[in-house]
Amino acid sequence: MHAHFLDPYKPRSSPIHQLDARLKVPLVIAFILTTSLIPIGGWPFYIFLTAVLLSAEILSDLGIPFFFKRAALALPFVLAALPVLFTQTGNVWVTLPFGLTITAPGVERFISVALKAWISVQAAILMASTTPFPEILLALRALRLPKVLVSIIGLMWRYLFVIVDETIRMMNARNARSGESPNPSYKHGGSVFWRAKVTGGMAGNLFIRSIERSDRIYHAMLSRGYDGEIRHLPLPSIPEIQRWISVVVFVSFFLIVVLARVLWG
Amino acid sequence: MLYSPAPMHIPDGFLSVPLSIALWIISIVVIALSTRRVSQDLGEREVPVMGVLAAAIFAGQMLNFTVTGGTSGHLMGAALATILLGPWAAVLIMTCVVGVQALIFQDGGLLALGANLFNMAVVGPFVSYPIYRFFQRMSTGQKWGVFVGSFIAAWTSIFIASLAVALQLALSGTSPANIAFPAMGGIHALIGIGEGLITLGAVSLIYASRRDLLKLGEPQPKGSTLIWIGGTLLAILLAVLSPLASSNPDGLEWVAEQAGFLERASEPSFTIIPDYIFPGIPNETLATIIAGILGTLLVLGVTLGIAYLRRQKTA
Amino acid sequence: MSCVIEVKRLSYSYPDGHQALREVSFHISHGEKVALIGPNGAGKSTLILHLNGILPVQQGEVFIGDLPVIPKNLGRVRAMVGLVFQTPDDQLFSPTVFDDVAFGPIYQGLPPQEVKERVHEALSMVQMTEYAPRVSHHLSVGEKKRIAIATVLSMNPIALVLDEPTAGLDPRARRSLIELLRQLPQSMLVATHDLPMVRELFPRTIVMDQGQVVADGATEALLSDQKFLIEHGLVS
Repeated sequence: MHAHFLDPYKPRSSPIHQLDARLKVPLVIAFILTTSLIPIGGWPFYIFLTAVLLSAEILSDLGIPFFFKRAALALPFVLAALPVLFTQTGNVWVTLPFGLTITAPGVERFISVALKAWISVQAAILMASTTPFPEILLALRALRLPKVLVSIIGLMWRYLFVIVDETIRMMNARNARSGESPNPSYKHGGSVFWRAKVTGGMAGNLFIRSIERSDRIYHAMLSRGYDGEIRHLPLPSIPEIQRWISVVVFVSFFLIVVLARVLWG
Repeated sequence: MLYSPAPMHIPDGFLSVPLSIALWIISIVVIALSTRRVSQDLGEREVPVMGVLAAAIFAGQMLNFTVTGGTSGHLMGAALATILLGPWAAVLIMTCVVGVQALIFQDGGLLALGANLFNMAVVGPFVSYPIYRFFQRMSTGQKWGVFVGSFIAAWTSIFIASLAVALQLALSGTSPANIAFPAMGGIHALIGIGEGLITLGAVSLIYASRRDLLKLGEPQPKGSTLIWIGGTLLAILLAVLSPLASSNPDGLEWVAEQAGFLERASEPSFTIIPDYIFPGIPNETLATIIAGILGTLLVLGVTLGIAYLRRQKTA
Repeated sequence: MSCVIEVKRLSYSYPDGHQALREVSFHISHGEKVALIGPNGAGKSTLILHLNGILPVQQGEVFIGDLPVIPKNLGRVRAMVGLVFQTPDDQLFSPTVFDDVAFGPIYQGLPPQEVKERVHEALSMVQMTEYAPRVSHHLSVGEKKRIAIATVLSMNPIALVLDEPTAGLDPRARRSLIELLRQLPQSMLVATHDLPMVRELFPRTIVMDQGQVVADGATEALLSDQKFLIEHGLVS
């Protein structure tokens, strides 16, 4: 039982994988920003951005179904946008009981929000599944995230799997003792409050063990000469061709936003 | 992903761009402040302690208990982190947790990360700290103050954060205020009970096992006045604003419009004329559609070409 | 009902494709105490997690008493098999020893008086009755191990399954744990690297390597075959 399944990185040798993370991370963020800036109902632009996205997905060698499956996980939040179907004023499309009406602008807004969410989440999946975590850290460093934060996140990632394993073992130990009495008149499970309290005990246990673990890690770091100063090797250089491609892509994103806002503004 | 405790992580696409950027800026300022505070307090221990506890909160969010049927209660952990390590460290820990969830697990969007950081890493610790300290003082350091304080702090951190989410959705025009506030607030008033009970359970185990970790009776960390004021203001503002906004949704929309949040100007007209192909697409933009489709085909064509060539090469 | 645990052609692959168990078969009779040995990664822990349904059966069958281990029976099966994990900290997550030992009976919905009796009984079986009000976190590793065993004894299981019970114990704690295991009347399957304990306590041994049962028989014969032990990484 190891929690490596958590790591979304899928090693391949595609051009998307080879793109330097210091370009890939800003490109993905720019792509999501572009998507967000397309006005409600800018359908051709949504189609175009989807095409760009699908292209990148094809090039990543991971297969489009992989992305569609993962993207479905982000869908539940769309519920939050459901009320706009009924509340926008405008031309009525469908009249439902209880005085609810679905209006054209409502539908338009709802579909736009759902599409934007769906496109953006896939871009984020593409980044996470084609970039190993140490390179994402490198990108964060290049984006001027404070060194301390980068180190904390790095250490967090290192121990995440260890502590998640610990959590899974603890939940296994709880499940292993969650039995039913042979006497069917006893209702198993205990009260909700008791279950919540036990879960709290597990969280507390996890915390104490983690704090004690951090003490040991700190001592191990000290014994190897750690003095609180974080030092890194200098960042390697980015290949020239990747720089140029990225500049072109950034400029096209910008042009798309301008075009979309002018045409739909 | 699967470990999301509650519908609290906003994905991309749901918030307006100006609001996203504004919340990014607020979050960055608070995180920068926290980084400086924590560096001063913990010194060289900062990296190992913060890193491991961020991992622990992340893992702790996987813990659940069955409520009834298919629903289960989870932990978010902002209040627990605040109680154990103080507000500034909690901001930093929750920042790492929420950040990694967005970057690696697509739990919450990247552009929306500023907002998610604000709701979970800023509002959570800021709101729970004054409440927890208040009860500790009321009880003059007795046991009940710690327990009651942690339950109420945890419940409030979830409830107020959910109001912040509702406000952001309403300001972005994604969810109308008179529905978002009661819906988000109502669900999270219940979810908050689970958070409160788990936090209470955790604090009572720590109280029994390692009371020293709760740092009872220690003076407040530096800069706490800011948290007291900021947290109380945030809580009151959101708690007062939400019934106001939901009883008068047009008011909020008016504010949004005045502030330029709602991008009314960029929206198409709201009438359907027969020769519109799809709502909102005027005739003159038919050309764009064709251009869009052509461009799309071009992109896909080039990609398939490159993919095909690469397959040839590797085969 | 002659068998306590019966495993028939059990195979299991983890989601990442790694096959941890291949056609494992064996059975344990009433009152039998059996050792399960094998190198790290042999599949011992994976097998153990199948015995009360923590991992779902993918291929093959597992029976506890008369009950097949299938989702419908999980509640009953979990009360019948007491699983003791390697790290007692994973198993002790309540403020006091009493709460931890009472978890199983409370979950089963027993009346409060019976819960108290069960806890007392379980603690006296591991000779720790006076520990009930103590804080689990403050105990020594050896004491935690005994309490972890008590947390499953309180469910009145018909079989005990222990993962590495002597790992990390000092010689004295190890000795007293071995004596405890000797005294407990339940059927027992114990995964371990501690060959001296196996020699001392278990007449029968099952050897696993690479997800398969490679030997199952009298301990004495198995452990005297040096070539076999070296081949499966059990001695160096």
